[in-house]
This record gives sequence, structure tokens and C-alpha cells, in this order.
Amino acid sequence: MSATDVSNRTATDSPASYDLPRTVRFGSLLLVVAALVVFPLVFTNPTITSVGVFAMIYLLAVSGWNIFSGYSGYIALGHALFFGIGQYSSAMLTSRFKIPAGWDLFALLPVAGAIAGLAAVPIGWMLLRVRKHTFIVLTIAVMFIFQLLAFNLRSWTGGSQGMQLPFPTWSGAYFNEPFYYIGLLAAAIALVTSWWVRRSKFGLGLLAIRDDEDRARSLGVRTTRTKLVAFAISAVFVGAAGAIYAPFIGSVFPQFAFDPSFDLALAVMAFTGGLGTLIGPALGALVIGSLQQYFLLQFGGANVFLIVYGLLFVLILRLLPQGIVPSIAARWRQWVTYRARNTPSTGVPPDSAPDVGRPFDVVLNQGGSA
Amino acid sequence: MLTLTGVVAGYGGGDILRGVDLTVEEGSITCVVGPNGAGKSTLLKVVSGLLRPRLGTVTFQGKSLTGKSPQHILRSGIVQVMQSRSLFPDLSVRDNVELGAFLVRDQAVVRKRMAEVVEQFPIVRERLDDRAGSLSGGQQRMVEFARALMLDPSLVVLDEPSMGLEPKAALMMYGYVRQMQSDGRTVLLVEQNVRAGLELASHGVVMEAGRVRLTGTGAEILLNPQMRQLYLGGTVDIDPALSASGPRGDADAPSWPA
Repeated sequence: MSATDVSNRTATDSPASYDLPRTVRFGSLLLVVAALVVFPLVFTNPTITSVGVFAMIYLLAVSGWNIFSGYSGYIALGHALFFGIGQYSSAMLTSRFKIPAGWDLFALLPVAGAIAGLAAVPIGWMLLRVRKHTFIVLTIAVMFIFQLLAFNLRSWTGGSQGMQLPFPTWSGAYFNEPFYYIGLLAAAIALVTSWWVRRSKFGLGLLAIRDDEDRARSLGVRTTRTKLVAFAISAVFVGAAGAIYAPFIGSVFPQFAFDPSFDLALAVMAFTGGLGTLIGPALGALVIGSLQQYFLLQFGGANVFLIVYGLLFVLILRLLPQGIVPSIAARWRQWVTYRARNTPSTGVPPDSAPDVGRPFDVVLNQGGSA
Repeated sequence: MLTLTGVVAGYGGGDILRGVDLTVEEGSITCVVGPNGAGKSTLLKVVSGLLRPRLGTVTFQGKSLTGKSPQHILRSGIVQVMQSRSLFPDLSVRDNVELGAFLVRDQAVVRKRMAEVVEQFPIVRERLDDRAGSLSGGQQRMVEFARALMLDPSLVVLDEPSMGLEPKAALMMYGYVRQMQSDGRTVLLVEQNVRAGLELASHGVVMEAGRVRLTGTGAEILLNPQMRQLYLGGTVDIDPALSASGPRGDADAPSWPA
């Protein structure tokens, strides 16, 4: 293609960069990672570190959930299904294979994740035939089907008696810390996967599906396969989260393994932080996951945190309908645009000029000369 | 280059195309005109594989495309720019353009084409990281063109490219269509703006009621007295035997809207 005759522009002005400076982004990332790493060393109180473990489990689960629901726009409200499968996998494997409750517990993580991921393939294959609202309803339904199975397949799951997991063999003085660090590591892997997906062609296909599935298909995106792969990847991480949760709690019960409030928790966290962004859901998990556990400890078994959920949801919808991260990003872009417009002091109001004119006229001349 | 023979197609409630025979010459700009409901958009859907013809064949560069999937047709070098705004509004301009090359495996090729397209369409460079939905209608049309060229198509199919554009933007858009031709591509377009479309085109095709009524060079069609008659409310007679029986020779063809 002849590209030379269309370039009488001398300026190679790059479009204004809306991103935060790289040093700032990298620095704050390092800061957050460092803070998360030293957290249990600074706050050694087991009550606090247990809050940390829950935050890590949610961080892992939400980051995985976001790879599917955030990027594809298919809001799955049944991922407790995979959380439960991860928990039961962990419980069944430890009891069947008499796994000593040492560090071997954590070797089960990838296994439980793989089981959840494999289970996601046929489930996703069925669910992903429908779209949007129907999909949401069906995910909830399938989750409850698994809860019923867990109640009724007594010879496997123990039914409502639940299953017990062996008590970890390491010293009770630092009972929480191994769970915390394994959770942090797994969450980091989930976030790196999420980052990779977002940059990849696979992720581009997912984002296109979110925007307009039929159009994506007409451009050659294999929509069914793309959705299914993302669904399975998200199930792997949520299943792994279950396999941390089960030995940490020490028991598995159907109503807590397949728990609808876990589904809601994931959605609320993701919406709070910013659905479909890389770090938004992670931020939501850290904030809400910790808050939830804190309220639970403060006010006992009463479901105060459910009220807090409701309040938070209303507040977010009113104040930050896009979530924390996109809202801040939008403010930042506005500010950058404002600054860029006002430094040459043209006196143009910042919001009056974005879409008109200049590049257009330039192109017009080139079109005419062709 | 592209040949349709006896194509009959519809959406289930009767046939929209009732036996279309059409040849698109290599290197031409072929413009299809006709009133609403003549089957112009349906014709393009058949070409790009979005609609499977009930009867008839579609041949492109010697190979049959009849009933092939849209992906297969994209791969064989036919890319369509849709009538309505067809960008992904929430994705960036860059992502939108890259999606045009989704079928290309080799990322080096994608990068090379991206560089070419950015060079050719300054608007793409200017707004690379902006939401596509924040662009004006004319700018979006340019990004759609850019996206279409990412597959380096040999046939570009445009469905009413001037729709919704102000005259200046339409003029610029036509400039890009000529550029496609001089880059060695063949263009098949449908236009409501008959004069502009036929002036641009090297070949014109007039459709009415699911059939091709007239073909010729763009200028021939424009100057054809039958065209004049046609837009004042009559049908175009293609069969001398029928033309003897009066202006409405074809019994099953509806009259032109007045």
C-alpha cells in the first residue's frame, strides 16, 4: 500500500498521554506489593492476620472472576460454584489420600484449581449459549444445583454433616501466615494472568465481545471458544481460592461452600473497584474483603456486613457508578485535557473543543489529491 | 473478479433478491443504486457471507464462495464496512483497528499494517487511545475504513458509506474510496446519493425489486434517459418485447415510490 503520498504532515505529535507517568504507576505498584508482603509481619495479632487471609482469598477469587466477567461483560453470579468445587476437592483429596496436613495442603491448590477449571468447561458450554440477563440467572441456578448435590450426595460429601479437614501441623503461633502468603502468591499469579489476557489478542476478542458480540463474530472472533476459555480460566482461580479457604476454616459445609453471598461479594467488590479494569476488582477485594471480615468480627455472627454491602452498593451506584478506578481515571483524563488546553492559553473552555475540525481538514486535502 | 449468478435470497419472508446476475470487474469501483427495498443491502450481505443465498452462485477470483462462512470470506479477501456505525464504542481506536486484523496470526504483519493505516489515516493516529465512541460520525467512518484495510482486502464492500456524513466529510470519504482503487483494490458500494455515487464509480448497477435492471459505466447510467424516468416514477425496461407493452412491463415489479 502506498503510504507516502498521504503524509504531508510534518508534525509527529503523539496524542496526549492520559496514563499516569510510568514511574508513578510502577512506584505505587511496588509500594502496594511491599505493604501486602510486610503486613502480617507488622500486624502479628492473629485476629488481624485472619482478616488478611480473607482479603487474600477474595483478592484471588475476584481477580480470577474479573478475567471472565470483567472482560467479557457476562456477569457470572454463580462463581461460588467453583469456590465450592475447590473446597470440596481439597476436602475430598485430603481425606481420600490421607494427605498430611503440612505444606502438602498447598500442593492441592493447582489440583483443585484444575478440577474447577475442568468442571467449568461443560458448565460454561451449556450456560454460554445464552446472553446477558438470562446468563446471570442461569449461573445462580447452576450454583444452587451444586449446593443441592452437596447436600444429597452424602456418601461423597457427608451431606449436611459437612467434611472436616485435618488441622495444619505448623505451629499455632503463626497459623494464619502460611495461608496469607500462599493466597498473596496465588493472587499475584491471577493478576499477572489477568494483565496478560488484557494485553493479548485473546483479551481483545473478549473486550470486543463485551462491546458487541455479533460484531466481534463478524470480524472473525471465535466468540464461543473465547468465552469458554475465559470462563474456565476464571474458574481455576476461584477454585484455587476455595482450596485455600477450606483448610483455613477446617471444614466444608454445602451452604457455606456454595454460598450465594459469596457470589454477591465478588460482584460488589468488582463493581466497587471498577469492573473490567485490571486493578479495580483487586482494590475492591482488599477494601471490602477486609471490611466484611472486620464487621463480622466486631459484631459477631449477625449479618451486619450484609447491611453494609447494601449501603456500599447504593453509595457506589450514586457516587462512582463506574467504580473507583475508572472514575479516578476519568477525573485524571479531564485534568490532563484541561491542563493541555489551558497551557497555550487559547482561552478555549476545556470541554468545548474535543471532537471537531483540525485533523479532518488535513485529511480532506489528502483525499482530494489521491 | 466477483460474479453472482442467479442469486435468490431473503430473510425467510419471501425473496428479496429474485435472481441477481452481477459481475464486478477487477480494479473497478462498482456502485449499486436503486430505490429502498430494491435489495442493495441484501446483495452486499450475500457477498460478505452474512446471508446465505437460497439459489445461485457467488464466485470470487475463480473460487466459489456460495454459502461460505463470513470468516472464510474475510480470509479470501473481501471485507465489508457496515451501513450503520459499526465500531466498538467502548474500545479504543487502536483496539478497533487491530480487531480488523483479528484473523491475521502473524503479529509482525499486524504491526506493519497498523503502521501503514496510521500513516494513511491521520485521525487514527490522533485519537489512537481515545474511546471510539467519542469520535464524530465522520471520524468513526474513517476508523471503519482503517479497520477494513487491516486485512489488506482485494475487494472492499461499502454499504452506504456517505450515510450520516456532512458534505465535506462525504467528499473526504470518497477521496479514500478512490485511494483504495489506486492502491489496487476493487470497491463494491451501495449509495443512496445516486449522483455522487455514480460520478465516483467506474461501473454502475441499477437494481429494482430484487433484480439488476441496468448496468454500464457510471457516466452511462447517470445520463441514461431511463434513469430519469425511473426516478420520476416508472420502471426500467430491459426486455424490448416487454417494453412494447408499456412502461410497466414487469408485472410483479412494484412501481417506484413517487
